[in-house]
Amino acid sequence: MFTYYLELAIRSLRRNKVLTTLMVLALGLGIGACITTLTVLKLLSGDPLPQKSAQLFYPQVDPFPMDGYVAGETKPQPTMTYTDAMNLLHARKATHQAVMTTTGAKIAPQQANAHPFYSDGVMTTSDFFGMFDVPFQYGGGWTESDDESRARVVVIADFLNDKLFGGANSVGKTLRINDHDFRIVGVLKHWAPQPRFYSLDLGGRDYGDGDAVFLPLQSARAADMAAGNTNCFDEIKDLKHLETAPCIWLGMWVQLDNSAAVADYKAFLANYARQQIALGRFHRPDTGLPDLMRWLRDEQVVPDDVRLQAGLAFGFLLICVINTVGLLLAKCLRRSQEIGVRRALGATQRTIFAQFMVEAGIVGLAGGLLGLVFAELGLLGIRHQPAEYASLAHLDVSMFALTFVVAIVASLVAGLLPAWRACVLAPAPQLKAS
Amino acid sequence: MILRPILSSLTRHKLTVMLLMLQVALTCGIVCNVAFMIEERIARMSAPSGVAEDEVVLIDSVQVDPHTNPQMRHLEDVAALRAIPGVRSAVAVDAVPFNGSDWTSSLNTQPDSDANAASASVYNGTPGELQTLGLNLIAGRDFLPGEYLPLDSAHDGAGLGKVSTVIVTRALADKLFPAGNALGKSVYPFSQPARIVGIVDHLSRPGPHDAGAEDYSALFPLLPDTAEVTYVMRTAARNRKHVLEIAKATLTRLDGNRIVRQPSTFAQLRADYFHRDRTMVGLLLAAAVALAFVTAVAIAGLAHFWVGQRRRTIGIRRAIGATRGDILRYFQTENFLIVSGGVVLGLLLAMMLNLILMQQYEVPRLPVYYLPIGAAVLWLLGQLAVLGPALRAAAVPPVVATRSM
Repeated sequence: MFTYYLELAIRSLRRNKVLTTLMVLALGLGIGACITTLTVLKLLSGDPLPQKSAQLFYPQVDPFPMDGYVAGETKPQPTMTYTDAMNLLHARKATHQAVMTTTGAKIAPQQANAHPFYSDGVMTTSDFFGMFDVPFQYGGGWTESDDESRARVVVIADFLNDKLFGGANSVGKTLRINDHDFRIVGVLKHWAPQPRFYSLDLGGRDYGDGDAVFLPLQSARAADMAAGNTNCFDEIKDLKHLETAPCIWLGMWVQLDNSAAVADYKAFLANYARQQIALGRFHRPDTGLPDLMRWLRDEQVVPDDVRLQAGLAFGFLLICVINTVGLLLAKCLRRSQEIGVRRALGATQRTIFAQFMVEAGIVGLAGGLLGLVFAELGLLGIRHQPAEYASLAHLDVSMFALTFVVAIVASLVAGLLPAWRACVLAPAPQLKAS
Repeated sequence: MILRPILSSLTRHKLTVMLLMLQVALTCGIVCNVAFMIEERIARMSAPSGVAEDEVVLIDSVQVDPHTNPQMRHLEDVAALRAIPGVRSAVAVDAVPFNGSDWTSSLNTQPDSDANAASASVYNGTPGELQTLGLNLIAGRDFLPGEYLPLDSAHDGAGLGKVSTVIVTRALADKLFPAGNALGKSVYPFSQPARIVGIVDHLSRPGPHDAGAEDYSALFPLLPDTAEVTYVMRTAARNRKHVLEIAKATLTRLDGNRIVRQPSTFAQLRADYFHRDRTMVGLLLAAAVALAFVTAVAIAGLAHFWVGQRRRTIGIRRAIGATRGDILRYFQTENFLIVSGGVVLGLLLAMMLNLILMQQYEVPRLPVYYLPIGAAVLWLLGQLAVLGPALRAAAVPPVVATRSM
């Protein structure tokens, strides 16, 4: 029976070739646009550390003066002063904790006639690697005593190791950064979480390649490496000594394994803020402890333009679906006589309904296939854009499947109304009319 | 008028007509907003920067050696860059329009009061910045040699608190002194006054800002003293590539232990800065055209079916005296009625969509004149789409009436 419907549907669609082509084209465009924008949206709003994001939290406190403060509305600051970061770090209230900021590392290769170049760097503390499950190719991170003794050690990324040492084990070798020698203690495997969650608001980009060098915070600062983003809330005497300046420039991440630990940490933060108010250092009582995904939402890491494009694509698909409904409906009403004859010859309402749904399904499937082509083209276009995330835009298996789900659902929704109208048509008047 | 038979015919196809109206309405709502967003972005992209864009090239330098005094380095570099054949002038600056290095400071018009204050982007550079960038001084004068001070970047640009003169853009002058007498008045970056000695026509800011504030820039006679600096050179348009190559080689020769970054023409810098906007305009335009096309297909397709369905009726009308023009007008009027229904709904939708966009994406309010334009465009689209099928209907011969189907 199904093959018969298929044959009928194909015959009916071929009768209006131009219209069928345009219908499929419109549906394909709508689906292609939706899948392209959804792929980008999914890429940008994805979970950077799926196995661990639920246990990672971003503590926030607020050392700013009362100017402009509205109780209950003003959010705590996105970064911390050195004093607060060190107080919270040394309190060790979480399973893992690390403070960090980004920096521009001026790297001078040892080879003759090679010019120095800039690389993205992270200044952090020893627990960074354990907390974020950063994978190592050679060696490992540094220790807490390295942090404290301001040891000149560095962990480098795979791509920097490839560039400078041809991919060989470079642990123990020396790297000249900002005119100071650092000993390499570890080489990472490929590690580039998307988005680069740990450095939002700390300067630098949000997506793209991973960082090239990771240095102990105090050692790097002793080598005069600048912080990626500083925001000062009082008059500053000397920006070279950020550690004592009234400026926020550090982010902190903590790992909390269960809800009891989260509650304890919240209480600890609130208590810390109260203490600092009593000491006269703080004025605002608010603290924050968003988890990783919440923090990404708070920071609105997905660009407005990308959300706008997705909205536009869905609006377009909606119009394409309405377009298909209208055309299929007009088409099926024009075939009232044919339906009347079939009904008179014994076809049930159910068979008529099935016949028209098959016809809609074929349009949907063709639209889906075409949509896939358009989506691949769209993503190809995005990969040629200079956006940070451009190289990551690929169609994955789930989006591939989603294309067909969207196509079939769209076409069946579009086919429902015409098929229903067709099957409730009373046969007698149609026969009489001819 | 033949409205009554058209209406009564349309009421027999309620569902189809409603679907078409809905499609026209959605198209109208979306296209109005898309057109508005396109206009906004194009306005932003085509705003004048104030710079002589075809004659300016720039190159970034970051000194690695911490022992050389950066100001000495800049002096030596600028002298060497000026000596390049074809270079008319060269300066060291901390920012140029569109390079993203945006230092924003609040400028007050009275000491210790931020009433009437404006937040402006601060530009600092060595003497000759005005000529090198090609800024158009519309009032007052350039800085005098004795007015320059070091920026004192080690103390977060403390030089800004000591400087005695400033040159502002016309937009900033009008914002700070709406009476139009800004020249000679003082502004207060901190507690020290800086006298406005000159006004330039335009100077865009290094980064994006709210509409209306894109031109709030102030030039200070402060000498950059950081390891990272941008060298700007002015040359004839055809020499730009050549000059950049020589400049890069010259800087590396003077000090190999530095990073030379992003040699580019100002035209490239502008193109890169607006690349995302350009892409977005392209996408929005494509979406608007595709939407209009899909809706035209729907209108034409439906008319096509109706003409087929009504061949006999048309034949009868022709047989009893209707002219071809009557049949043509019948379908055109029918289309006008359907599109009008859609447009009324569509204009409401356009305003609702705009409200949502205003909340979510900082889009301004849709100007009212977009609504009649949007309606006119859809009416025109509908008439064009229906013309083909209507002409076919008009061509139906009266003899059809006599044939049995």
